[in-house]
Amino acid sequence: MTRYIFRRVGQSALVMLVMSVVIYALIGLMPGDPLDIMIASNPGATPEVVAKLRQLYGLDQPLMVRYWHWLTSALSGDLGFSRVHSAPVLEILRPALLQSCKLMLGSFALSVVLAFSLGIIAARRPGGIVDGLIGLIAFAGISVPVFWLALMMILIFAVNLHWLPASGISNVGDGGLRDQLVHLIMPVVTLGFATTGGFIRYVRASMIEVLRMDHVRTARAKGAGEGRVVLIHAFRNALIPVVTIMALSFGTLFNGALLTETMFAQPGMGKMIYDSILGNDFNLALTGLLFATGVTLLSNLAADLAYGWLDPRITLQ
Amino acid sequence: MSGSRTEAAIGPWMLRWRRFRRNRAGMAALLVLVALVLFVLAAFPMQIWGGMNADATDLFARFDPPDAAHWLGRDEAGRDVLLRLMVGGQISLLVGLLGTAVGGAFGVLIGICAGYFGGKIDALLMRFTDGMIALPLLPLVIVMGAIDLTKIGFSRDFAHSGAVGFWRIVVVIAIVDWTAIARLVRAATMALKERDFVRSARASGAGAGYTMASHILPNIATPVIVAFTLTVGRVILLESTLSFLGFGIVPPTPSWGNMLSNAQDMVINAPALAVYPGLLILITVIAVNFLGDGLQSAFDPRAER
Repeated sequence: MTRYIFRRVGQSALVMLVMSVVIYALIGLMPGDPLDIMIASNPGATPEVVAKLRQLYGLDQPLMVRYWHWLTSALSGDLGFSRVHSAPVLEILRPALLQSCKLMLGSFALSVVLAFSLGIIAARRPGGIVDGLIGLIAFAGISVPVFWLALMMILIFAVNLHWLPASGISNVGDGGLRDQLVHLIMPVVTLGFATTGGFIRYVRASMIEVLRMDHVRTARAKGAGEGRVVLIHAFRNALIPVVTIMALSFGTLFNGALLTETMFAQPGMGKMIYDSILGNDFNLALTGLLFATGVTLLSNLAADLAYGWLDPRITLQ
Repeated sequence: MSGSRTEAAIGPWMLRWRRFRRNRAGMAALLVLVALVLFVLAAFPMQIWGGMNADATDLFARFDPPDAAHWLGRDEAGRDVLLRLMVGGQISLLVGLLGTAVGGAFGVLIGICAGYFGGKIDALLMRFTDGMIALPLLPLVIVMGAIDLTKIGFSRDFAHSGAVGFWRIVVVIAIVDWTAIARLVRAATMALKERDFVRSARASGAGAGYTMASHILPNIATPVIVAFTLTVGRVILLESTLSFLGFGIVPPTPSWGNMLSNAQDMVINAPALAVYPGLLILITVIAVNFLGDGLQSAFDPRAER
């Protein structure tokens, strides 16, 4: 088991390393370079000065040399300076991460609760009207463009009904807990609905399969109540594949967070990465992308471990 | 007796079609998709005989309400909304199909090689696939969509031409969306490889390429068709997202995604402009998903009812 974990962590580290090279190279290919703004804002910059600056920032070096510089300083804890925010990358990362955690945890909790309740209800009578309706909800969640859902939410609840604020994380001057929660409602519902579609289908499929198993029939034969059969005997076993899918969905959740944060102007990781790519903020984009990759890899590992823990029949090797 | 003769004449695809026809949601989805294709193709008669142009602007007619000539009114530049929805739909559907075809073909190739050869090749290809799955897809796609082609040696004119903009997004999507198909094909190939008819083909001297093409591929066709169908839905969503964010199809060429990007700024004055394109994306992708679901149950009779 310990060996398995070590091997998986080693593999993940290798993927991270390869990705850092790829992302480093890709970001270098985006329009502009780190000196653009500096040169544009300084009309007196002669070609000699520009050449000097390029040398100073090491931009005249080959790609791999620059990458090596970045890697060694990143590993010693120096992730560089954000051009757009004029602050060390780590200082920007921390509040953004906290904001994204609120959004993603909230949406995840909402989608899990929705998926479990709707999935179980649908599985009770597969093929029935209720099942069809829940199936439609699930497909709508999978198929809706997240940014459009956000746009429609803003149109209905902020522009037309004036019930909820359209953007930001708090009102100027207020910023109390209630105010912050109100600002979170639309983003959380948007992201939660988009995430829950896939979950519902997995919970339903898994429940249908388990409800057909012998131990469920035995439980019914012993006279256990329907609620007990569904929730205790069937649901626990149906959880096994579902938990894996949910842990593996971190990537999807993150993609959705990028869009919801951008649409609702919430200063989280997703919006930070988006803005840093748009603003050619090299260090920030690189760190943000690698961070997201790392967390996804970790959540995959956690999913595999949870699998073995939930189902003792599976041995990891 | 005539009944049994007809039974015997039915091929497997006819049988699957009969099973599919009984799936109400799947059939409804198919009809919706046919209607959508007709809708986007209706742009051609409107352009050829109606003399309309999706890019023709008229700044005196900005935000004009619907009338007899312009059924859905006009947008912020006085362009006909209905015609732009049709032309944009052509682009969105085409990207969906092409992105799936290119990415799917790559996925099938990776999966069939990994499953058929096994061992080191399998381990290498699957680690590659797993690594790909673990990536933050959307930010990565945005970075690839933003790459300056002149920096990798293409000329300015080439990099900024409309055709390159279209193919760039097809390629970018194909690069990221092949993993699900690769894993599916690998698993199916591994199961087939050990079957007697495949072993007998190999024993009688069939090469790897021939075996894969004529014994494995035809037998994994049904799950692959389902996976391709579901991929089309995902690709259409991804294209609309990228175009919305400004990294996909670039205006003035319309796509449902970039029409929304303009509409977002005017959501208060002209909310209808923001509703139509998104609704069309939603309907298309839902229909594609229901179609995939219907095909799956038609192709796999053992699956739950």
